[in-house]
Amino acid sequence: MAGENAGGVAKRFLYVNRRAPYGTIYALESLEVVLIGAAFEQDVSLAFLGDGVYQLTKGQNTKALEVKNFSPTFRALEDYDVTKLYVEKEALEARGLSETDLVVPVKVVSAQRMAEIMEAQDVILSF
Amino acid sequence: MKFGILVNEGPYTHQASDSAYQFVKAALAKGHEVCRVFFYHDGVNNGTRLTVPPQDDRNIVKRWSELASLHKLDLVLCIAAAQRRGLMDAAEAKRNGKDADNLAPGFRISGLGQLIEAGIQADRLVVFGD
Repeated sequence: MAGENAGGVAKRFLYVNRRAPYGTIYALESLEVVLIGAAFEQDVSLAFLGDGVYQLTKGQNTKALEVKNFSPTFRALEDYDVTKLYVEKEALEARGLSETDLVVPVKVVSAQRMAEIMEAQDVILSF
Repeated sequence: MKFGILVNEGPYTHQASDSAYQFVKAALAKGHEVCRVFFYHDGVNNGTRLTVPPQDDRNIVKRWSELASLHKLDLVLCIAAAQRRGLMDAAEAKRNGKDADNLAPGFRISGLGQLIEAGIQADRLVVFGD
């Protein structure tokens, strides 16, 4: 297992985002890890499950909350070569959302497919 | 096996730090290696030396410090998360013009790169939190 990744071969990192963007700091601090981690040239994917899908919705306005709206940062991920964003189909549907409601292009996948994606990772960071 | 550990919750409010501590202790006792314990989100609060828990309760911070000293563990607080929450070592206190520091023995403050590095170097990165 360790041998597979020896000698500087990239590991598969998956960041799992399960929480709404505001209300707690997890989503924001998760994105900070993704941005820092991008410099390490690993094979990076992001997954959005449950309320985590709200992190990607268009038209976020946080003015009344007096916290920073960090959703534009997702659009910058491409510049960091982070392009694999997976969104759980069931989570979108349960919240009345579709792909067109999101700020970036994503791959919408079933919960079953998401499980397979997770299975294929080396490191999973869940926030 | 070589483990990296991520602790995402603060002491006492949440069991994450307790579970991580028990896991690390058990892993070391079985002869495994723990290359780093990284504290993120409210997890950075595990690194303040100013906690004073009741005498009949476990001392979570002291317990980490002692385990670090015994096994040369690398306990790292995320600097961005620590700054937000008022955790600092003497150098950080000076740099930010603060009149005190509070980092517990055995802990150090560094960047998020240390978490990614632990993920790369360890055979398994184990996350403790909700």
